[in-house]
Amino acid sequence: MNDMSGKPQYRVVGTRPVRPDGIDKVTGKAVFSADHFVAGMIYGAILRSPHAHARIRSIDVSKAAALPGVQAVVTGADFPTLQSLEVELGEGGGNIVDFSRNCMARDKVYYDGHAVAAVAATTLAIATEALELITVDYEVLPHVTDLAAAMAPDAPILHDKIRTKGLDTPSDKPTNITMRYVKQHGDAAAGLARAKVVARGSFSSAPVHQGYLEPQACTVSYNADGQVLIWASSQGAFMIRTVTAQILNIPIADIRVTPLEIGGGFGGKTVIYLEPVAVLLSKKSGRPVRLAMSRSDVFRATGPAPGTVCDVAIGADENGILTGAEVIFSGSAGAFPGSGTHPAAICSLACYKIPDYYIEGQDVVTNMACTAAYRSPGAPPIIFAVESVIDELANTLGIDPIDFRLRNAVQEGDPSPTGTPFGPIGLKEILEAAKVHQHWSEPLGPNQGRGIAAGYWPNFGGQSTAAVSLTDDGTVIVTTGSPDIGGSRASMAMMAAEVIGLPYENVRAIVADTSSIGYSMLTGGSRTTFATGKAVVEAAEKVVDEMRSRAAQIWGVDGSEVEWIDGEASCTAPGKEARLTIKQIAGKTGMSVKGPISAESTVNPPDPGPGIAVQIVDVEVDPDTGTVTVLRVTALQDVGRAIHPSYVEGQMQGGVVQGIGWALNEGYVFNAKGQLDNAGFLDYRIPVASDLPMISTVMIEVPWPSHPFGVKGVGEAPICPPMGAVANAVSAATGVRMRHLPMSPDRILSDIAAAQ
Amino acid sequence: MSKILVSTTVNGEAQEFACDPSTSLLDALRTELHLTGTKEGCGSGDCGACTVSLDGEMVCSCLVLAAEAEGRSIGTVEGIAEGSALHPLQTRFLEHAALQCGFCTPGFLVAAKSLLEKNPDPDETEIRYWLAGNLCRCTGYDKIVRAVQHAAADLRQERTVA
Ligand code: FES
Ligand code: FES
Repeated sequence: MNDMSGKPQYRVVGTRPVRPDGIDKVTGKAVFSADHFVAGMIYGAILRSPHAHARIRSIDVSKAAALPGVQAVVTGADFPTLQSLEVELGEGGGNIVDFSRNCMARDKVYYDGHAVAAVAATTLAIATEALELITVDYEVLPHVTDLAAAMAPDAPILHDKIRTKGLDTPSDKPTNITMRYVKQHGDAAAGLARAKVVARGSFSSAPVHQGYLEPQACTVSYNADGQVLIWASSQGAFMIRTVTAQILNIPIADIRVTPLEIGGGFGGKTVIYLEPVAVLLSKKSGRPVRLAMSRSDVFRATGPAPGTVCDVAIGADENGILTGAEVIFSGSAGAFPGSGTHPAAICSLACYKIPDYYIEGQDVVTNMACTAAYRSPGAPPIIFAVESVIDELANTLGIDPIDFRLRNAVQEGDPSPTGTPFGPIGLKEILEAAKVHQHWSEPLGPNQGRGIAAGYWPNFGGQSTAAVSLTDDGTVIVTTGSPDIGGSRASMAMMAAEVIGLPYENVRAIVADTSSIGYSMLTGGSRTTFATGKAVVEAAEKVVDEMRSRAAQIWGVDGSEVEWIDGEASCTAPGKEARLTIKQIAGKTGMSVKGPISAESTVNPPDPGPGIAVQIVDVEVDPDTGTVTVLRVTALQDVGRAIHPSYVEGQMQGGVVQGIGWALNEGYVFNAKGQLDNAGFLDYRIPVASDLPMISTVMIEVPWPSHPFGVKGVGEAPICPPMGAVANAVSAATGVRMRHLPMSPDRILSDIAAAQ
Repeated sequence: MSKILVSTTVNGEAQEFACDPSTSLLDALRTELHLTGTKEGCGSGDCGACTVSLDGEMVCSCLVLAAEAEGRSIGTVEGIAEGSALHPLQTRFLEHAALQCGFCTPGFLVAAKSLLEKNPDPDETEIRYWLAGNLCRCTGYDKIVRAVQHAAADLRQERTVA
């Protein structure tokens, strides 16, 4: 299958067919989480705390329960008390006790929007009316939403039990700093001392939201025998099953989760909020219950990404070779621990060879919704700070910023952040491609600036199951348990078609419910095309093996005398040349006699290829208003192998644009009471079509050896460079270094004024 | 609260439903008529996922009362294809991979159709401004804009041939 250059030639991989679920999605037939109806279904609603921090003295639900039409009322008292248990969900994790308390408050509320009670009634209007009849007696406590304030010695304390983990000298003082993580190599101070030039700065960023368009929703039916059906959209139906079972002490096999279409997640749907509440409402009422969030619930109560503060110092010698670095940062986790400290630390300096460095990260709880993963969780704002300082170093030394990065870029064989040598990575190739790209040398106008930045995300492998089965007419069904969040059914079908030798149209891929296929970790960590794809390829290979052995039986030859070529069995035994198509094997040879042909494969690959991206951004800054217009973007990425290039480009373009929002407009705003002041799309402004130019993409394929086609996860790396690239462009346009996200117009004007 | 009986036309078919006076057109379409293709992303007029046409004008159905549909003609995503034949916008959205999650897609299709009915040859800026009320968090809009440009060219072609 190789041409002269050694590059593999594929029939299906690398083409751009229409996705199997496409027609459903352009005709309105696709069933998303709030679209599923169950006979007899009633409607739930959740009462949320108006306080950022308060003790719940008591809750009186009697009037609500008495309202005609109300079928069930649930509070924290209905939830079982759990033993502390850390769970790993594939893209971060946490403690099950915290998950449970995040679904429904017990003795305390930790943020504006924290759930305190839920009602199910025959109509949503009655359920909502009933919420107003619930009386909660709160003792309002001092709150802290600001990250720096939460670390102050006299800060209001969220959790009395928290002591900072990872300190050299453990302290017994209650604190909001849940842990400190240090990663170092050599002697950072000596490395900085060796430098000819050291650039440094203090950076910060506001919390931002994933901003998926589809609010969380689910429908749940609890049966008298304890069996539970859940229909929901999330990044992992198995994750919903595990976490719901653990929170409610239900045997895992008694819960069957059917994944509905998911309207975006970006990491935000790797955790759950509603399902355990809906199970209890359904159990109490004996009716199926639909529970859905409003947009303001989504902003107030679901996972933002952490706000950050970050001090960076990086030194280089006169040739522009990096000598040492120090990165010290903190992230706001929201109500419960976990702000992606570890991945942020791992990624922060991963693109560069630096002999001596010190990285220290802290995780800090604040009175904000508990953070959830958001595309490269933890890393983007820290990479923004590092890439800003790298830019400054290049400027100071008078070296082209691409050349500067090239001189220091990691390549195959260099130590990766975990210490093991990097496999084939394409950072240098991407930088070279950026350098010769016409965008890089295009002239700029007045008030315009150009910025570049790189970014790294390690990607994830993880557990996956896939099944491939042959039908009587020779068409094939591929079944996985990985929710399709942006076209993965297409790539699964394509990989199976490639292996078996069928046209894409003859292979259909579906996402099964949790009782119909073995376990798969959630869709996250850019793992699905890599790990689930690997399981699909293995299962497809087993099907091919079985077809070869059936053909061998028919021909009465040894299995080794049958080759599989272009979707046909070919007999190589001398004098017995013959061929059999898939259709013939499936039909003529009678699966009815020898039994059906199908295979399942399970994988847990430990060795994903990393995602590495570089982006060039041009901006124009209006000197009167401080408004930034993004004029041009070129996104380059080492994609390993693009199975379906359109969906790879889509991941790159989507990541860039989310990053532009993060850079320029997006950020949580809290009022003096600690309530979220911009809990809607009007005030939390994500980029719209008229804000943007086309987003050019350049895919560089440096295949990854541990995937049969060379796939590297592509979903997350593209959100790592944009903030740095935009900030570097704004700094180039204005002559002033921008150190805070978002770079809103007022911030830009005041930073310019301060510099003058 | 007594219900209001509403007689309306949806995608060319006569429809009747009973609703509370406060019910939005979006809720009536989704809950009473089970036309769940029209989505709710915000319920406050800020995302465009609920875009439908009302007597040919595009509106956010979350901001329209169901009772206002009385005697009028509504177009939703379910009515864009003619039978099993896709509209050029649908075909080009699929070919250009202009959807990732697809949650915003119904709103974009209805909005883009309304644009092309008014302006058969919009330039990129006109497309971007017309669609500025429709949020997409997945695609970065690039492929959506290209799909609309391509569909516009198809429709112009169809017209010249016809
Ligand atoms: S749901 Fe109507 S505009 Fe968002
Ligand atoms: S495709 Fe997901 S919001 Fe547009």
